[in-house]
Amino acid sequence: MKKFNLKKLALLVFTIIIFINPLYSAESGDLLKVKWSFKSLTGKFDRASLQRGFQVYKEVCSSCHSMQYLSYRNLGEPGGPEFSKEEVGIIAASIEIEDGPDSQGEMFARPGRPSDNFKSPYPNVNAATAANGGAYPPDMSVLVKARPGGADYIYSVLMGYEEPPAGMSLEDGVYYNKYMIGNKIKMASPLSDGIVEYTDASEATVDQMAKDVTTFLAWAAEPELEARHKTGIKVIIYLILLSILVYFSMKKIWSRIDSKV
Amino acid sequence: MSDHEYTPKSKAGKWFNDRLPLLTLRSHLSAYPTPKNLNYWWTFGGILTFCLLTQIITGVVLAMHYVAHADLAFASVEHIMRNVNYGWLIRYIHSNGASMFFLAVYIHIFRSLFYGSYKSPREVIWITGLLIYILMMATAFMGYVLPWGQMSFWGATVITSLFSAIPLVGESITTWLWGAYAVDNPTLNRFFSLHYLLPFLILGLVILHIWALHVPGNNNPIGIEIKKPSKDTVPFHPYITIKDIFALLMFMIIFAGFVFFSPNVLGHSDNYIPANPLVTPSHIVPEWYLLPFYAILRSVPDKLGGVILMFGSIFVLFALPWLDRSKVRSAIFRPIYRYFYWIFFANVLMLGYMGAMPAEGTYLLLARVGTTYYFLHFIVILPSLSSLEKTDPVPMSISEPVLSSGAESSLAKKDNEKI
Repeated sequence: MKKFNLKKLALLVFTIIIFINPLYSAESGDLLKVKWSFKSLTGKFDRASLQRGFQVYKEVCSSCHSMQYLSYRNLGEPGGPEFSKEEVGIIAASIEIEDGPDSQGEMFARPGRPSDNFKSPYPNVNAATAANGGAYPPDMSVLVKARPGGADYIYSVLMGYEEPPAGMSLEDGVYYNKYMIGNKIKMASPLSDGIVEYTDASEATVDQMAKDVTTFLAWAAEPELEARHKTGIKVIIYLILLSILVYFSMKKIWSRIDSKV
Repeated sequence: MSDHEYTPKSKAGKWFNDRLPLLTLRSHLSAYPTPKNLNYWWTFGGILTFCLLTQIITGVVLAMHYVAHADLAFASVEHIMRNVNYGWLIRYIHSNGASMFFLAVYIHIFRSLFYGSYKSPREVIWITGLLIYILMMATAFMGYVLPWGQMSFWGATVITSLFSAIPLVGESITTWLWGAYAVDNPTLNRFFSLHYLLPFLILGLVILHIWALHVPGNNNPIGIEIKKPSKDTVPFHPYITIKDIFALLMFMIIFAGFVFFSPNVLGHSDNYIPANPLVTPSHIVPEWYLLPFYAILRSVPDKLGGVILMFGSIFVLFALPWLDRSKVRSAIFRPIYRYFYWIFFANVLMLGYMGAMPAEGTYLLLARVGTTYYFLHFIVILPSLSSLEKTDPVPMSISEPVLSSGAESSLAKKDNEKI
């Protein structure tokens, strides 16, 4: 067994990883860093935070931002906000969905079902763009994965509204944001203290809401995260045990000849 | 291949084997005499076979759920991630598998460069290997286009536009490749078709690659010809198979680390934004494994020149067995080549880094120096070393250094002993 080679291999892999990492996160500079519960190897989402985050999304974000790849049923699935079956039914039913055509060829409205996808606030991208001063409010389904810095970036932007520095003039409908790339954003600060009324005891501060909704968006982008972490641990433990067995078999087999492995 | 006669014991086996000698092949593969001093750098052939099969199996499953249409591709990928049972696992294995495949192939290629495995009589192994590598790059590039995110779209635009640099017919060729006047649905469709086809061509080439390997047999860390079979060799099974399996498991642990704990770190976040022909990303970068070539492409101010150098940087590798004429294969016995080898290795890493950076200022300057050195290495340094370098004495057999120093030819030990 030549440790040297494996060490060298590990070193190579390591070099490549640290070499690649900064390349793709180069723009994420000095974001606010939050200790997210879902970041570590065994990370999980905070259930209560997800439920509050959904409330913020529903009452604030969803008036402009779509989330078209999620279905209402996802809200009740393991690893997510885990609303009860009844709650999911109520959430879905509170939305009016256009369906059809029926047998007469007419479109009709019906209450939403858990199997429906999240209803978008605008019929299409152009309508959304036109209604928002020429800036399309991006679909939020995979937003966390679509920004360098991920959850930290979303949180930072939500917290990054400030008065523009002296000498910087902004047109109408453009706002200054410390963390937005280019520092200009067409979305007015969406959060203000008490804008939602949490059903649990938490206080709806901007910081709390920003954390909750970011957690919710992180789950929306990676609903498989908890299952992935759990399976990952098992897979790696299995591989390590198997390699120990294989290692000793290998030693045994190679002991038959006058050469070392 | 027929240095040992094999007769199946059973009557049925004999009957079948006389008509299609599969059992002879099996026996050949299992008894195949392999140098006993192969180190872990030699396990990447098996690892690469694993990578190819993994990509094919996960890819076939993904294709069952993917929709190759400009309006639906992005949504179908999200469908795979959210609604298909274990779709996220299959897709993450496939997307990270591409990176792992390239990681392994680069180690495999650099192993060959260090130990001179491309030299006579193994030129054809080297050439089939390069063809596999080229097909891999084409396959990976087209695969990256399929999710139809921003980097997919703009990557496809940049790479296909390269062909427009060809004088006279360039524009027509580009239009022909696109199937439209820009990268659009027809482009996506044909990329999907080819992305499904090429891996099977790779598989065919892999068979030729292994066949070509089995004619002269493996090179080995000290790079000498050995008698086969002899005291210097072991049968492939079980000695090499068990060692390959062990190395493969180590590789799989790293692979699983990416898939389960960091599945998007090797990709670009922009590719989770649906393709938009009206918005150009702030900078367009290819996947990490293509970065050195991207750096070479951009280091030339002239588009056609850049394209020629980029393709040239790959094609020059085909001439390598004839550029490096040194009789000694392994860098262990080539004191000067060894230094140039590591400089070359560092240079490729540097080019990769420059490929990810914007092409301006110091970055551009370094990319140009790196590009020049890349070609210098092959066209000037290697041919001159062939005649100028005074190589160290080469042992007569594998058993000799093993007995005299009690060490195998691991790089470090030899490096220290040399001086």
